[in-house]
Amino acid sequence: MTDARLDVLAAYVRVAPEPILPAPIFSRGVLAWTRANLFSSWISGALTLVSLALCLWLVPPLIAWATIDAVWSAPDGALCRAHQDGACWAFIAQKMDYFRYGSYPQTERWRVDLTEIVGAALVVWLLWPRAPRRAIGAALFFIAFPILAFILLRGSDWFDLPIVDTVLWGGIFVSLLTALVGIVFSLPLGVLLALGRRSHLPVVKLASVIYIEFVRGVPFITVLFMANFMLPLFLPEGWAPDRLLRPLVGTVLFAAAYMAEEVRGGLQSINKGQFEGAMALGLNFWRMMGLVILPQALTLVIPGIVNTFIGLFKDTTLVSVVGLLDFLATVENAFKDTVWIGPTIAPTGYAFAALFYFVFCFAMSRYQAYMERRLGRGRRR
Amino acid sequence: MTVEPAPGVPLAFDPDSLAIAMIGVHKWYGAFHVLRNINLDVRRGERIVICGPSGSGKSTLIRCINRLEEHQQGSIVVDGVELTADLKRIDTVRRDVGMVFQQFNLFPHLTILENCTLAPIWVKKMPKREAEELAMRLLTRVKIPEQAGKYPGQLSGGQQQRVAIARALCMNPKIMLFDEPTSALDPEMVKEVLDTMTGLAQDGMTMIVVTHEMGFAREIADRVVFMDNGEIVEINAPKEFFENPQHERTKLFLSQILH
Repeated sequence: MTDARLDVLAAYVRVAPEPILPAPIFSRGVLAWTRANLFSSWISGALTLVSLALCLWLVPPLIAWATIDAVWSAPDGALCRAHQDGACWAFIAQKMDYFRYGSYPQTERWRVDLTEIVGAALVVWLLWPRAPRRAIGAALFFIAFPILAFILLRGSDWFDLPIVDTVLWGGIFVSLLTALVGIVFSLPLGVLLALGRRSHLPVVKLASVIYIEFVRGVPFITVLFMANFMLPLFLPEGWAPDRLLRPLVGTVLFAAAYMAEEVRGGLQSINKGQFEGAMALGLNFWRMMGLVILPQALTLVIPGIVNTFIGLFKDTTLVSVVGLLDFLATVENAFKDTVWIGPTIAPTGYAFAALFYFVFCFAMSRYQAYMERRLGRGRRR
Repeated sequence: MTVEPAPGVPLAFDPDSLAIAMIGVHKWYGAFHVLRNINLDVRRGERIVICGPSGSGKSTLIRCINRLEEHQQGSIVVDGVELTADLKRIDTVRRDVGMVFQQFNLFPHLTILENCTLAPIWVKKMPKREAEELAMRLLTRVKIPEQAGKYPGQLSGGQQQRVAIARALCMNPKIMLFDEPTSALDPEMVKEVLDTMTGLAQDGMTMIVVTHEMGFAREIADRVVFMDNGEIVEINAPKEFFENPQHERTKLFLSQILH
């Protein structure tokens, strides 16, 4: 027996190719997917059924609260007080202008609208990879747009636009402004800090480490308070920065420390050979970093970077502790309006605020997924 | 030659004939003495093959020539420029010295063409179109012009290494360093890379090659350098080196790798 098998295995020459067969029917299709993913064992089957029951129990009442039981239009809170099992969207509709502009003068609100439209258009231009002439878009966004936004929002005598003090600014546009400034400045600053932390120059390295560890070691609110109360102390008399600018600086400084650690993670995962390949070609430090290392390192840490951006976007709600009227602060302010007061006002307001933050954060998350897929194409190592 | 060169002063040698001069070079990694009193002159157009057991300092030696590694004692003069901590000198030397690595070190986020044009455009300030024409010429020379639009990850190891050679050639180097260029390749791809290097040698390029390919050494090298334990043990013409090795360690090494 054993000898016979050995004989068979000893030499073999194929005379015809093996046929290529289609996959068995039970490994394809909807049924196979359901069985593999939902009912692969009795535990997973039970979990599937429990989850289904939970959804049926929770989701329909929530939808009913937000739609058929809700009050969609009303002149004041009376109708909402009468319909306590539904949301009071009438309140949101009534207060929408306040949510968007804060106390910005009504006749000047077109300036905010215009800034938002131009900003949104430029952001789309910049983030859409196949858009034409993105270099021009970038130049407009990073140089022209800040100047335009400053002139429009604050006002300027040259253009006959009345000055609007930042005390009056508030609502969604302040939240978006804070987030945008934070995002745009924290990434480059974070990259510099990350490079500093890996530097061979002891002073640069030490300064970066101290900065990153200090900022990461204190709560965001502390950084905001420091920016608000200590920044003016460091500057000469009469140079005290604007009350809006101080929390903006605080936001950037705080996010940059987190960004630096994300970027450092990316830098560390780049193979030493990439540095050597670039150096051997004669690229100097900044070109090596800018052309070879950072494009790869940043691509690797896109999830972490977007994570920090999303965190930063939601953290902008904290700027209200130093007196800035951000979107959430306007919502909470509006609860105090005696015309609307009632039990459904706060849940409705918070639901609306949650929806607002979710839409922006989810958009960032989807854009992240899109960029990862795009950058991953053809470059897998 | 007992020249004691002052830093920054060109050495007293004929720059027309000497490409590289290494005089009394020592290097330590911490307390470990990796290069011990290396003396090696390379003439223009000369092909040197460096061989030796692993850990003998071969790679470290050629990495000192373009200052990927720093030496602590002695002097290295490349094309008339002595290597010091001065970044300008290092840049000058790196511009004239191409290097090919064991692991290719292509930039995975750039296409083959972009890999080749990066340094000419950013270091030599060559116009983009001119750099692309040059890159295509050199990719044709290494026989892969049709891969120009692909990314390194889509190419085989042998193709990647040929791109790495073309990328180095795009800087029009006077000297080429090869650090075990075929050691990371599948056996069937070694030949295409060696053929490319042979072509380069026939065109008169000054080459220093660290390799275990003894056939290549025998055919192409003008001199073979045998290193062991951080020192140069024997230098000889390939015929002499393989057929009549002088040092015991050379004999032992050859008996281990040649069957």
